[in-house]
Amino acid sequence: MRLTREERKMLKGERGEAVRRALELQIEVGKFFGARRMVPVSNVHMMGDIEVMGEAGKAFLERLAQLNARCAVPTTSNPRCIDFDYVAKLGQDPDEAAKEKELIAYLRRMDVVTADTCINYQTLYQPHLGERVAWGDTGTVIYANSVFGARSNFEAGPAALAAGLTGRVPEYGFQLDRHRRGTFQVNVKARLTDLADWGALGKLVGESHQNYFAVPVFNGVKRNPGADDLKHLGAALASYGSMGMFHMVGVTPEAPTLKAAFGGAKPREVMTVTDADIERVYASYSARGNPLNLVVFSGPQQSLLEMKTLAALLDGKKVAAGGNLFVTTSNGVKSAARSLGYLQKIEAAGGIVLEGVCFYILQNIARIRARNGWVNLVTNSAKLANIIVAHKFNTLLRRTADCVHIAVTGQEP
Amino acid sequence: MSAARGKSIIKLGRAFGGVVEGRALISREGFSPRYDLDRWSGLISRTGHALEGQNIKDSILITPSAKGGIAAGWAFHDIKAKGIAPRAFVFGVTNPVMVQGAIFAGITISEGWSREPYGLIETGDIVRVDPKRRTLSVVRKARRAADARG
Repeated sequence: MRLTREERKMLKGERGEAVRRALELQIEVGKFFGARRMVPVSNVHMMGDIEVMGEAGKAFLERLAQLNARCAVPTTSNPRCIDFDYVAKLGQDPDEAAKEKELIAYLRRMDVVTADTCINYQTLYQPHLGERVAWGDTGTVIYANSVFGARSNFEAGPAALAAGLTGRVPEYGFQLDRHRRGTFQVNVKARLTDLADWGALGKLVGESHQNYFAVPVFNGVKRNPGADDLKHLGAALASYGSMGMFHMVGVTPEAPTLKAAFGGAKPREVMTVTDADIERVYASYSARGNPLNLVVFSGPQQSLLEMKTLAALLDGKKVAAGGNLFVTTSNGVKSAARSLGYLQKIEAAGGIVLEGVCFYILQNIARIRARNGWVNLVTNSAKLANIIVAHKFNTLLRRTADCVHIAVTGQEP
Repeated sequence: MSAARGKSIIKLGRAFGGVVEGRALISREGFSPRYDLDRWSGLISRTGHALEGQNIKDSILITPSAKGGIAAGWAFHDIKAKGIAPRAFVFGVTNPVMVQGAIFAGITISEGWSREPYGLIETGDIVRVDPKRRTLSVVRKARRAADARG
């Protein structure tokens, strides 16, 4: 790789040991992908919580903090695994909660803004067309690339932190024009009237094309999708397909036309998604005769507008006896929802609103499930319906209003 | 025992890490440490995964694709520290998270196969990954008991 004078200084340790190690890691990653140079980034978003990092990760952060590591560009954090107000209520380990606090302290010493959100693109930072960023959480990356036309690869925790420390990333993947062009076409004939429909579309397209470098081009979308629609589509594509970018003709900035989305090349494949395909996704999930007593709105965290919708659907109702309704969001959204009265309506109905976390990464979630005897998990998030299966939940993807109906009655509509 | 000792059967597209040998664990299904793995035991825990119930510890994990999940970055480091990491990841196609995570943890990783390994390599075979030469070779075929899972 061609390094600048500044980067050579970093490698010699002239900008400190933490920066030297960070750049070394980045160069190895760059070499793997054939990067020719490093490029500057203006914003970093990183994942780091005790559930995923473990003792070894915490020790790594402690060493970095001792080396006086400091982020060179604004760096924010993804959700953590603990909402400290709910440790006891959820039956999480107090020891792990204490470790999470330590970990947060190390990140803050390194000047990480511990905002603990996976919807940074809705609440914290909206990069402009062509802006290079280094974001973690696959849902944030696909949103940055697709909806903003910004440039990011999936940057895992250590890689994002390295980018924060050096202020740059190796130039490969979605940092390069050639990987941003569409590779296959999806003709959308489905109506897509609910957030879960968009997630179901992402599942259908992602599951059948698992490849980071596959870039679907959605064509013929009839509705003008909102930010939450695109959020659920992107999160599902990234979750089921490991994808980092999509185009939507007439909607996303690098796809003013079908031709432009493919950069003049021909699609390798054309697939069509109809209403019947979306209905088949829903039909593929079943309660298998077990109780429908857990409904979760999470993965990604809820935006303020999603909170508003939930508040309206739950207004004056009560979660069924023995039922549970969880919502996760950011601190900022929860505060705003409180000011606007949405939070009170959700809580009055018996919903639990957790902040700064995502449901599937909750510390101890498998044991929480077992202790409560939960078998089924109902959600309007296709991503959550996929990802939480690792913790032995049987999941059911349902439309938003149907999820609320299930929470309130314990029955499918 | 096979005569195939050290025989290069698959060329790898790109690779990082040291030369490693180990028991092949081969799947036609993609892999994610977040979605599929119990990161305390090393067992593939996802209900219905092609390798459900198998342990990845010290294996050469051969899998066609990477699934979602930014978590691999820390997770590989964590499972390495816990002593339950595989010796190498041999992906058909992967994503940057897996690469960043494996490099950070010092675990050998590769992407790209000159041909599909199914039928050539079976779970339990002893295989070698040589990142510099970009080869995946069979050192010793497993003795086939009653059941050979693939």
